[in-house]
This record gives sequence, structure tokens and C-alpha cells, in this order.
Amino acid sequence: MNRALRLIGRRLLGAIPVLAIVIVGTFLLLELAPGDAVDAYIASTGGDAAMISALRESWGLNQSASARFWLFVSRLAQGDLGWSVSFSRPVLDVILERLPRTLLLMGSATALSFALGSLFGVMAGARPGSLRDRFLSVTSLALYAMPSFWLGLVLSVIFAVNLRWFPLSGFETIASNRVGLDRASDIAIHLALPVIALGLVYMALYMRVMRAGMAEVWREDFVRALIARGFSHGRIVRHIARNALLPLTTMLGVQAAVMLGGSVVIESVFAIPGLGRLTQEAVAGRDTPLLLGIILVSALFVVAVNLVIDLVYAWLDPRIGASGETL
Amino acid sequence: MTGVKRFLSTGETRAGLALLLPLLAFALLAPAMFPGDPMAIVGEPLLRPFQNSAFPLGTDRLGRDVLAGLAHGARTSLLVGLAAALSALCVGAVIGTIAGFGGRLLDETLMRLTEAFQTVPAFLLALAFVSVIGPSLSSVVLAIALGAWPAPARVARAEVLSIREKDYVAAARVVGKRPAQIAFIEILPNALPPVLALSSVIVASAILIEAALSFLGLGDPNRVTWGGMIAEGRTVLRSASYLSIIPGVALVITVLAIYLLGEGAAKARLAKRSYV
Repeated sequence: MNRALRLIGRRLLGAIPVLAIVIVGTFLLLELAPGDAVDAYIASTGGDAAMISALRESWGLNQSASARFWLFVSRLAQGDLGWSVSFSRPVLDVILERLPRTLLLMGSATALSFALGSLFGVMAGARPGSLRDRFLSVTSLALYAMPSFWLGLVLSVIFAVNLRWFPLSGFETIASNRVGLDRASDIAIHLALPVIALGLVYMALYMRVMRAGMAEVWREDFVRALIARGFSHGRIVRHIARNALLPLTTMLGVQAAVMLGGSVVIESVFAIPGLGRLTQEAVAGRDTPLLLGIILVSALFVVAVNLVIDLVYAWLDPRIGASGETL
Repeated sequence: MTGVKRFLSTGETRAGLALLLPLLAFALLAPAMFPGDPMAIVGEPLLRPFQNSAFPLGTDRLGRDVLAGLAHGARTSLLVGLAAALSALCVGAVIGTIAGFGGRLLDETLMRLTEAFQTVPAFLLALAFVSVIGPSLSSVVLAIALGAWPAPARVARAEVLSIREKDYVAAARVVGKRPAQIAFIEILPNALPPVLALSSVIVASAILIEAALSFLGLGDPNRVTWGGMIAEGRTVLRSASYLSIIPGVALVITVLAIYLLGEGAAKARLAKRSYV
């Protein structure tokens, strides 16, 4: 337990400068945007010069850049991400409302690509260089070359438009008043195609790491010893797979940011009102505070995921973090 | 065998070149084969592929030639992919070298900076950057490069850290060369091979990000893009799904070809190592 606490502490300390840089970067981007929040607000509501200057005063926009930066930071410290002009609501509220759907989509897609990727990785790595290995490698590479939004469109043409097995878009049936298991299965059937599209594209990464890991373990002394003792091929593969699974956990952390980016586009294809759609709405409405709020929240999310992955890794491999050195 | 010969002899390289070379020719010859504006309306709308010899791949919702769009889109895709990857590799290599050679404080600062850039999803960063600056060819290239430089920077730094202890670097120091000279003339060129090994992945992901950006309507509005064509076709997905499918197939072929070349290069490097 002590070891885990030390690891968390060290990770959190390391995350502070990183998040500080992200905050400064977001502020700079906000400054770079033509016009400020008041301009965007007035453009949507209308108002005279007196109102404009009153708004600038109350939002602190008439101060110098450095004063505005401190205002920005001190508001952030209180959990205030600013005001969304296109929704006329606090940015944080809008984001928190959308986040769970994106997390569900991302989480399911990650689980699918991890499961399929490690399975096919074991199948390919069981006999490196075999016909099956080559076939799986080429197929996964072709999938990995696909833009996820395009694969989503192709899947929806086949399974939603032509076969009508799945709904074309949305997160759940609107105004159906479903509850409990009924609602869960409704959401599941809506998310099936986007999850499959996202999961299949990124499956290749896990498969390749698994396969490469297994191919490497095949050359280790203990495997030669197992062969010499007359272990069956299947039993040796099991031993090797367990050893190759560890690096795959690290991939989960690296992939968190990529998956988040991928779900932005996939959500637009399937009209899922999550963080990705929100990003697009923020872009369309020139709602820079909302856009940058999304970036900050996703950076926080990526840091959090990596912290969890580190803990899992430390739990799986007791050698890590035992004596206090970093991973 | 020389490096190039070894690279060319792998099956992956040959498959990759077989896909990429025709595509490259297609892109380079686009202005000659399809002079005139690819965004101009030239025929009857929603003509299906393989029906009219004047428009082999049909026409879109407005009556624009799909094949001409594909050719001009190939130019945009490859141009953005190569330009973004080149800038990311250059910036990454320079920052990595400075971090690896510039002392503890500089190293610490630059590594936090790369970490910060890796924490923000590259696609979100590109999306935010383009929407703030405004969509144009250069802003798209810049936006993609902004998310792509950390990986080469990390690899370059790791390489520089191991090279700087070598004897020839010590020798350069002894003869009185300035640190900047040592870093960029003695060390950087030797640190490049593993950095360049990343290039296929970076070009491929740049092409995919460009496609996704233009799919969301953030591509250069004055150019034909494959992502934009897919988005256009989406509006008639039920009746004319070929309009979305064709540019996507072109994207898959391009990206797959680049991955295959990268695999071929990796294989050639491995083979070299086992010879020595």
C-alpha cells in the first residue's frame, strides 16, 4: 500500500508542471483567437457599446494580458472553466454533461481493441512467420490504415442502411422513457457500430505489441528450457503470452489520448452527443472558451488514466516502484 | 548488400511501392490529366461509376467529376502528410538534441514540454488550432506538426544521450569545438536514423488527421480533400454511398502503402543488424 501511495505522490508531483504548460498553452491559443469572448457573445445576442464595455469590465477582459492570465488561472483553481458563449452556460457543466457518453464509447472501444488485439496477437505470435501470422498481420495493418470515421460510415452503410440491424445514429432512442436494463440494451445497440469501428482500427496496435512481445519471449532461455523438457506447444504459448501481456498495459495509457481524438470524429459520424460532438459544436459556434475547456479536461483525463495504468502496472509487476525509482 | 538494396528486396517495400508509385504519379499528373477546376460542375449529378466513359468514377451530388477530385485530393493528402511530417521531424530532432545535450535544466524543461504536448490528444489540438487560426493549407500542416513533434524529440534525445559519451564526441571537445557545433554537426547526424524510422508512422498519421479535419469541415476550403469528399458524399449516403466509399479506399491504399514502406525499412535494418 505504501508503495502505491509513494507512486501516486510522485506521479501527481510530476503532473503539475505538465498541466501548467497545458494551461499556459490554452491561454495562448485563447489570446491568438480573433476577437474575445465578448465579441462572440455580442455576435449571438446583440448589444450596444455600453453593454460591450460593461461585459468586458465584468469578465476582466479590459485588463492587460498578464492580469487576464492570473484571472484565468485563479478561476481555474476554483473549478471555473469559463463561460460557454454558444450554450450560455458554464463550460464545466456542459462538459460534465457530455463526458460520460464519450467515456462509455472510449472505454468499450478500448476494451474491444485490447481483447481482440491480444487474442490475435497470441494467435499470430504462437508461430511467428507462419501463414496465419502473416495473414493476421496484413489484415490488422489494413484495418489500422483505415480512417475510423470512414470505417464507421462503411459499417453504417452495410449494417444500418442496408441490413437495418443497427440504428443509424444517436446514443439512445429519444424520448422512449426507458429505464434500467431496457435502457442499457438500447444504448448498447446504438453504440455497437461506433465501438466496433473505433475498436477495429486500433486493434492492430495491441496485436502488434503482443505479437512482437511474444516473438521476443520465444528467444528467451526459459522457453528453450520448456521446449527441452518436452512441454506441449500450447502450454509454452500460455507461458509466453503471460509474459508478453505486461507491455500491453502500458499501451493502454499511451492510447488514451489517441482514443479520445478518435472518438471526436466517430461521434460526429454517428451523431452521439458526447465530448466529440461538443468539440465540433464549439468549433462551429466559434466558442473558444468551450473548446479550450475541452482540451484542459481531456489533458486531465489522460493524466488520470496514466496514473491508474501505472498503479495497475506496479501491481502486476512487483519489481516496479519498490525501491522508489521511477518506471 | 547495401542498405537501399536490402530495403528494396523486402516484400513489404515492393508491395508498398506498387501501391504508392501509381498514386504518386496520379497526384503529380493531376493538373495535366484534369486541367481546370476539380471543384467545377462538369456533368450530370450523381452519375454512378463505370457508366459514362467521360467520368469513369461518376459524378457527385453537384455533378463534379469524382476521378478529378480524387487526383487533386491525392495532391492535398500527400502534400500535407509530407510537409507536416517533415516539419515535425525537424523540430523534434532539434529539440531532442538540445534536450539531450543542453544540460540538466534545459533537458528537464523541454521534456516537460514534450510531455505536455503528449498529454493533449493530437487530434483535439489540431482541431482547436485550425479552428482558432482558420483553415488553410499552412494552418493544417502546422496544426498536425504541433501534435507530431514529441515522439521524434524523445527518440532523438535518447539517442543523443547515448552518443554524447562516445569517444569521438570527447575528441571534438578536446580540439575545442563549440558545444553547438558538437551537438548539431557531430551528434545530430548520427542520432538521425532511429528518428527517421518514425517517419512512415508520422506521415501516415498526418494524412489520417488531415482527412479527419477536412471531414469535419476544417480543411483548406480552396482545395479538394479526400476527407471533404467523404463528408460531401455522406449527405447522400443512402442513395449514393460510392461517393463516400471511393475517397476512403484511396486513403486506405495511401496509408497502407506508407506503413508497408515503413515495415520494409524496419526489416532491412533488422537484417543489417543480424549480418554484423
